[in-house]
Amino acid sequence: MNTKQAFFMAIKSLKNSKMRSFLTMLGIIIGVASVIILISLINGMTGEITSQFEGMGTNLLSVNLMGRGGNMTGNHSANIDTMEELVEDNPEYLAAMSPVVSVSSATVKYETYNVTASCTGISENYGSIRNYAVETGRFISYIDVENRHKVCVLGSYEVEELFGTEDPLGQTIKINGEEFTVIGTLPEKADSAEASNDDIILIPYTTAMQLASNARLSSYVFQATSGDVVKQAKTTIENALYTIYQSDDSYMVMSQAEMLEQMDELTGTMELILVGIAAISLLVGGIGIMNIMLVIVTERIREIGIRKSLGAKKRDILGQFLIESATTSALGGVVGIIVGIVVAYIFGALFDLSISPSLFSIILAFGVSVMIGIVFGYLPANKAAKLNPIDALRHE
Amino acid sequence: MIDLIEVYKIYFANLENEVRALDGITLHIGKGEFVAIVGQSGSGKSTCMNIIGCLDVPTQGEYIINDVNVAHYSDDALAALRNKTLGFVFQQYNLIGKLNILENVELPLIYGGYTPKERREMAMEALERVGLTNRILHFPNELSGGQQQRVSIARALVTKPQVILADEPTGALDSKTGIEILELLQELNREGCTVVLITHDTHIASYAKRTVSLQDGKITSDRVKGGLLS
Ligand SMILES: Nc1ncnc2c1ncn2[C@@H]1O[C@H](COP(=O)(O)OP(=O)(O)OP(=O)(O)O)[C@@H](O)[C@H]1O
Ligand SMILES: [Mg+2]
Repeated sequence: MNTKQAFFMAIKSLKNSKMRSFLTMLGIIIGVASVIILISLINGMTGEITSQFEGMGTNLLSVNLMGRGGNMTGNHSANIDTMEELVEDNPEYLAAMSPVVSVSSATVKYETYNVTASCTGISENYGSIRNYAVETGRFISYIDVENRHKVCVLGSYEVEELFGTEDPLGQTIKINGEEFTVIGTLPEKADSAEASNDDIILIPYTTAMQLASNARLSSYVFQATSGDVVKQAKTTIENALYTIYQSDDSYMVMSQAEMLEQMDELTGTMELILVGIAAISLLVGGIGIMNIMLVIVTERIREIGIRKSLGAKKRDILGQFLIESATTSALGGVVGIIVGIVVAYIFGALFDLSISPSLFSIILAFGVSVMIGIVFGYLPANKAAKLNPIDALRHE
Repeated sequence: MIDLIEVYKIYFANLENEVRALDGITLHIGKGEFVAIVGQSGSGKSTCMNIIGCLDVPTQGEYIINDVNVAHYSDDALAALRNKTLGFVFQQYNLIGKLNILENVELPLIYGGYTPKERREMAMEALERVGLTNRILHFPNELSGGQQQRVSIARALVTKPQVILADEPTGALDSKTGIEILELLQELNREGCTVVLITHDTHIASYAKRTVSLQDGKITSDRVKGGLLS
């Protein structure tokens, strides 16, 4: 008997008990679907974050002062002047600097429209550091910073959400109740999606400090003169801060590349954990298949006896049941792949992630499910094949 | 063709109790014979047929078919023997319910390695012999008992076996249908097929050319129609 016939025979016996086949497959379906969903989502998320980071340029360094480190009034602390001096004194490594003040989840209103966005307070240098060129209007200027002007530059997501097709320039919006004048807009970079590089509101950092009612500047972003000197730039900043604080746990200097690495590490670990969970559910699915195959074998002992009396060899019976269980789990695998891709796309749409289920994960999921069928089907199939013809025939 | 030499089949219920289903049977069946094995219930008829059919092995003694001792056969060789040389007709028909009539008849040919085209032709030919070509796509449970038994005969003869073993083939049928089945077996025998018919009914046994009587696992008589053989 050849494989093709055994395969059709397997399909037939699956069709004969649809409900049971479906329930048997369920474990595999869930396992495979979750593998695909998880891998797609993680890839989407990683891609999103990576592209955000990469959008910032590779020669950035972020400096965070911790604890009382950012206190402007402290004697031994770094402040904006320290940072400015650093740039002035090290022109070979450092090109520019801007403080960064985050006003997270600010309520932004224009007439009846409103969005919740994160506002970032920056200095006039930020534009060149992050390669932000305004599309319309102008960028935040030194004067705006000095005089704490309530002005803002909007990302394309905010423009779309608040103004639609209306021209935002010169309009007044309310950020956490304070009135701001829109002075510029940024070009679209990421389809104006929420939480993307286009979801951004820039205001002078001095204004942001008022808005966030904190008197400390604890975050700065530096631009190295080129991607090649990022390491030296980092050492320069660290040395300067160490001189001030005499300890290296009051500040943290991180380069873009390091952040990316950390990110990768984090998503890698997450991936491992989630895939582990999915693997457990596949294992459970496999045991389910073994269980049901044992039942099927017991139910069909008489049929096995008949087949043996007609000349079926051991390997014919073994093949028949192995192919049946492999087909069951492979079919479960295919359904799981489809369900997984669909759900991944739905999640992607919900969370604004670009989902592309990797071919690798699909092939892996399919291969694993077939393997499960073979491995967990072997025991019951072998049990069936070993039966003595007369004992099988006599079985009630 | 078939030689049983001092064959014992002993079941041990426990160490003291043993059931001698076959108690030293020596039997020769030649090519082209039509032998009925008769005896009361429990006399060992089915056990005897199972050994002749290579479905079971003797506890002791030799079984030689086509000049080869089956003790020397591997599992696969026994399967091939059942497939090519032997054909079974069971009292309970033993058709596979999930397969239609045609597929049931094709089954031994699948294990025999025939191509789909050959299988279909041979199966149709066999079904024609038993007069069931109009029901090939039905399932066994859609047929009457007599029709099912005819399907199982078609399945037994489809490989053109040398021996057909029939264990109470008419046991579940009324006498008229039973006679049809017996006539079918007679016809196959006339064409050269060796037929072994198991029955407890001496009337049915009279369709055979030779009758072997069993009692408590022993042969008590062996008659050929019209005379005593031994
Ligand atoms: N697997 C078994 N274990 C124990 N005893 C068995 C087994 N199979 C058969 N026997 C015994 O062997 C004896 C012969 O059984 P067998 O089935 O050959 O009888 P039979 O002549 O075919 O009877 P019937 O006409 O009722 O079918 C019986 O006493 C039976 O109880
Ligand atoms: Mg019997």
